[in-house]
Amino acid sequence: MGGLQKKKYESGSATNYITRNKARKKLSLSLADFRRLCILKGIYPHEPKHKKKVNKGSTAPRTFYLLKDIRFLLHEPIVGKFREYKIFVRKLRKAYGKAEWGGVERLKENKPVYKLDHIIKERYPTFIDAVRDVDDSLSMCFLFSTFARTGKCHVQTIQLCRRLSVEWMNYVISSRSLRKVFLSIKGIYYQAEVLGQTITWIIPYQFAHDHPTDVDYRVMATFTEFYTTLLGFVNFRLYQTLNLVYPPKLDGQGEINLKSEFEEDYALDSESYTEKLSALSASLARMVPSAEEEETELDHFPTEGEDQEKMEEREKMEHEQIKQKKFFEGLKFFLNREVPRESLAFVIRCFGGEVSWDKSLCIGSTYDAKDETITHHIVDRPSIDTQYINRYYIQPQWVYDSVNAKILLPVEEYFLGVTLPPHLSPFVEETEGDYVPPEKLKLMALQRGEKPQTEDEEEEEEEEEDEDEEEDDQSEEEEEAEDEANLAEIEEKRSRGKSLSVKVTPGKAKAENRKRAAEEEKAEEKRLAIMMMKKREKYLYDKIMFGKKRNVREANKLAAKRKAHDDASKEDKKKKKKKC
Amino acid sequence: MVASFSMRPTHSGTMTKLKNKKRNIEENEDDQLPIFDKDGGKDGHLDDDDEDQADLSDSEESIFSGLEESGSDSDDEEDDEEEEDGDEGKSSDVGEDKAASGDGDDRLSAKDVTKPQSSGQNSKKKMRMKKKKAAGKEGGEESVVSDRVSDLKVSSQEDEYEHDTSDEEDIRNTVGNIPMEWYKDYPHIGYNLDGKKIFKPIRNKDELDEFLDKMENPDYWRTVQDKMTGADIRLSDEQVDLVHRLQEGKFGDVNFNEYEPAVDFFSNEVMIHPVTNRPQDKRSFIPSLIEKEKVSKLVHAIKMGWIKPRRPKETTPQYYDLWAKEDPNSILGRHKMHVPAPKMKLPGHEESYNPPPEYLMSEEERLAWEQQDPEDRKLSFLPQKFGCLRAVPAYSRFIHERFERCLDLYLCPRQRKMRVNVNPEDLIPKLPKPKDLQPFPTTQSLVYRGHTSLVRSISVSPSGQWLVSGSDDCTVRFWEVSTARCLKTLDVGGAVKGVAWNPNPAVCLVAVSYDDMILLLNPGLGDRLLCTATDQLISSYEEPEEAKDQPVQWAVSEGEGHEQGHRLVLKHPKAVRQVTWHGKGDYLACVMPDNTSNLQVVIHQVSKRRTQNPFRKSKGLVQCVSFHPVRPYFFVATQRYVRVYNLIKQELTKKLMANCKWISSMSVHPAGDNVICGSYDCRLAWFDLDLSTKPYKVLRHHKKALRSVAYHNHYPLFASGSDDGSVIVCHGMVYNDLLQNPLIVPVKVLKGHSITHDLGVLDVTFHPTQPWVFSSGADGTVRLFT
Repeated sequence: MGGLQKKKYESGSATNYITRNKARKKLSLSLADFRRLCILKGIYPHEPKHKKKVNKGSTAPRTFYLLKDIRFLLHEPIVGKFREYKIFVRKLRKAYGKAEWGGVERLKENKPVYKLDHIIKERYPTFIDAVRDVDDSLSMCFLFSTFARTGKCHVQTIQLCRRLSVEWMNYVISSRSLRKVFLSIKGIYYQAEVLGQTITWIIPYQFAHDHPTDVDYRVMATFTEFYTTLLGFVNFRLYQTLNLVYPPKLDGQGEINLKSEFEEDYALDSESYTEKLSALSASLARMVPSAEEEETELDHFPTEGEDQEKMEEREKMEHEQIKQKKFFEGLKFFLNREVPRESLAFVIRCFGGEVSWDKSLCIGSTYDAKDETITHHIVDRPSIDTQYINRYYIQPQWVYDSVNAKILLPVEEYFLGVTLPPHLSPFVEETEGDYVPPEKLKLMALQRGEKPQTEDEEEEEEEEEDEDEEEDDQSEEEEEAEDEANLAEIEEKRSRGKSLSVKVTPGKAKAENRKRAAEEEKAEEKRLAIMMMKKREKYLYDKIMFGKKRNVREANKLAAKRKAHDDASKEDKKKKKKKC
Repeated sequence: MVASFSMRPTHSGTMTKLKNKKRNIEENEDDQLPIFDKDGGKDGHLDDDDEDQADLSDSEESIFSGLEESGSDSDDEEDDEEEEDGDEGKSSDVGEDKAASGDGDDRLSAKDVTKPQSSGQNSKKKMRMKKKKAAGKEGGEESVVSDRVSDLKVSSQEDEYEHDTSDEEDIRNTVGNIPMEWYKDYPHIGYNLDGKKIFKPIRNKDELDEFLDKMENPDYWRTVQDKMTGADIRLSDEQVDLVHRLQEGKFGDVNFNEYEPAVDFFSNEVMIHPVTNRPQDKRSFIPSLIEKEKVSKLVHAIKMGWIKPRRPKETTPQYYDLWAKEDPNSILGRHKMHVPAPKMKLPGHEESYNPPPEYLMSEEERLAWEQQDPEDRKLSFLPQKFGCLRAVPAYSRFIHERFERCLDLYLCPRQRKMRVNVNPEDLIPKLPKPKDLQPFPTTQSLVYRGHTSLVRSISVSPSGQWLVSGSDDCTVRFWEVSTARCLKTLDVGGAVKGVAWNPNPAVCLVAVSYDDMILLLNPGLGDRLLCTATDQLISSYEEPEEAKDQPVQWAVSEGEGHEQGHRLVLKHPKAVRQVTWHGKGDYLACVMPDNTSNLQVVIHQVSKRRTQNPFRKSKGLVQCVSFHPVRPYFFVATQRYVRVYNLIKQELTKKLMANCKWISSMSVHPAGDNVICGSYDCRLAWFDLDLSTKPYKVLRHHKKALRSVAYHNHYPLFASGSDDGSVIVCHGMVYNDLLQNPLIVPVKVLKGHSITHDLGVLDVTFHPTQPWVFSSGADGTVRLFT
């Protein structure tokens, strides 16, 4: 009558997935090798839609891979290398056991090695794909390059990481592609725009690492192995696009500048060149010696109407960007020895400034502290003994804040011993309804070209305070009242969407009433419409509204906290004044 | 050397020594020897100097004699003694030398001390020996002895076997190394070289003698018996000393230094002479042919270019332009499926080393943060503020975070989440504006106060002028709609569950249900003609010829009741909950909810005063019933279903599934094709009878249970009252075009009733002509919204 009875789990989703253990057995690899293979090939598990079906009726927690992925791994040449390596280890162990030192030497010489080039090409078929994915590799390489040369991983790996990260920084300097910097408590975040891709990476502060015990360094090492290869190829290509020599060479002038008598003392001959490169103070040699900076002028197309306007706008933007790229140009910085040299040198050089430091601090200093032409001296201590008149003594945060603001900020707030203004994250982009710290508002005003008047006003106010306290009190009360009124208004605005306040003030004009009535009507309409929503849509709508309300709540909380803080600090100030 | 010491045979040693000494010292006094021999047999104590000397030597030898004895040795010894006297002499000399080197002069004194006894013993031995010799050889005793002595002398003088260390054995007894107790029962203890028996010494010592000896003899403790010969031997001081030393685990020789400085033969120092004197092999001087062959092969291979030197390994990786020729075809299918890893979240202001003060955590927040599980925390770190960049420490979890990122990259399943980026406003359905759907009631205009308890039911007269309300305070009140004046209050016997004004405008009758009664009232309001016509209609009833027995008793009220307006009283077997009129005003249906019996719904015909029970079987707890406005259909709502019966065909035509738990109320659209059901689980279901048996639309606009729903007679409006105290008026347009579905738009939420005992609005009803809605509530009021 009918065909064969269909058996369970022999078709459909059960056959599309494979558990990790089965995959491992299929590849005949140990778990560690399988893990390494997955890392290198970028294979990750999949979550099946119907777990129980895939798991053949069991609900045991298992990791599933796509069978296709595992089949794809089957003909990977690296798998063969892994097996060879396993055999190599076995032979080596045997040779050691028999104390055949000649054999050990021979085996070690013929240690199987594998290359990851083809994997990089396979995973990133186009260059832009690779650039897009370079974030993690940068963070990892920068981390590994700060490791001590003993212990956790091979010295070669650390050296390679250092080399690659220095190459990357040099590329960023010469391409002027740094956009944002952020000093966080974890480390320093940098964001660059390379070939239209925003790339963010983090560098830890320069301290010895306290290596945690619950971290599997083998996994990290495997990732680093892959990342170094990727970063190397990306660097090569990037250098090519800028017509720079790879591996990087300092250009002739820079090299002469860097010659110093301390060179021998500073590093070994083999290392001194890389050290000079990592000093970041000289520009790199180009394949084709170009006359000055070639500035890509936008081609002008004959356009009409709106396009014309757009073009003009774009042109303007372009100009602005170019200007921003070099806004440190003409400034001469000198780094005192307690500031993070590498970070500051990198940032300053990225925006066209000149930078130097004490000769004994690091190789590659070009001028010393006595230079009369220095404009900014970056110091991170409360005071300094010898001060020159013709330069600003500022704290390092000025550099970072200026970079993020894309303008030269007024230096007054960053002088020595002055309480610094808060350092804001440049990555936060406030949308409507989010809390915006007042510092950011001030900054935005500055960027728009407005003069910071608030301070002056404050000063004036303070003067007034000095003159007459009573008046001041009164005025403050008034201010408070005003503030409260403002707050109430804001609250009202916020709450208008939610609930109707059936408050009728007889004295006020009716126009507002009418407006309010209209609003109320609208709100009611909305409420009635919400009643008619389908169940699913209602759920989604409720969820969205819940999220929005939570955001508003958080913003309100932050605002309240800020207000409390400001009030407290104001009172403190007042008390101090009274004491005086 | 030491070994030779210990191996030294005992008796033979003694013998030879003895002889040697004799020879050495008394070379010339051969004649004395026999005397000595003789004496030895009789008495051990001799004062002869020579003898002494001989004894000395003997004693010296006997240092070792008592310690070792072996029969096998003795064989050889005797042979030696016989044939190779030189050997003996030599060996004895060795022993002597040793002794001499060891003792030196002490030996002499020791000899002196031990002289008497040992000499005695020795003499005995000598005697024995002599006997043997005598037996073995034809020559006389003396000759033999002298012979031997002379031999010994020669050997000692020559001293040529000084280094020979061959063992000297006892040669007197040839039995060998056997347990001597085998000879216990024999008179002899062995055989000498000639095969003659060696007899045991005559021992006449019995136990007593032994004991006496033990008591008296001071040397008893150092006397031992020679098992081979059976003779008693008294150990000398040296021998005792030796025993002690050996017992203590020391070397037998007193003068042996066991801690001599070690001499390294094979040291790091290169000597000019080889340690071994072996000459080098010849092959070490001649070049190897095999090697030559191998080398020449290699040289040839190198010359021919077959072997190349190993290239130095490249340690640094080589980079090149990997993407030199980007091939769009190389993009595999899997790349389209590839989900790129999400980027790390970018840090916010709170992660800054110097954040604005509002981002720092207050004390409570910090505590709360610490008590949270690390995975629940919104921030993975505590925001901190540092005055300057110099003060910022290393972040201790940096490596952790990188590692977690690595884990995420290779362990986490990736999924494309379709994040609906919807504007919430777009989700709200676009409905016609309520303003365009006017008229509908918008404001509360009148409140009808008077009831003292919750008003269960209200009804409006078909003219729209009067309103009747029934309440739990056992009254029925009649109101004028336009003025909210209570025109009439009637007290009935129980809490009024339902009131219903007869929809026929030609009749003025109100049905009131309380307890198990239904009261038909003529309120006497409005047109007098109408009232009287109604009264006449009721009184014109004629009793039918044959009286059927009915489940309900019909009674005409008279007297006081009639004065008040009571016309007919219907007594039911059970409590009546709802009462409703047919559109023509002749039929009246009432509900007596009871799950067990089939008498739940009864239909009365007022003109014929007839009652019938339409259902034979109970289909669940009936909640409410309703007549179809135009067709002979009857709607019965049970808990979950609404059944539609055709009264003429007497069959079930439709069963509507309400999809709710418990229907509370029902209303039929005046056109008759749509039904709304309110339920206690906050839903209002709109059924389109032409469409399906499932609800066309379910509204969940009330927060609490719906108590009542109502359609307007003319306007496309319906209202629902709920326990949340609100009445929601909706626009429910039903089109004549069958293809167009009804349009349902909520237009107004009317609030006014206060909630008492968790009950809000209990009944709603529309004005028959105006777009007004009446609602009665648990607060004892009836409200009019216009």
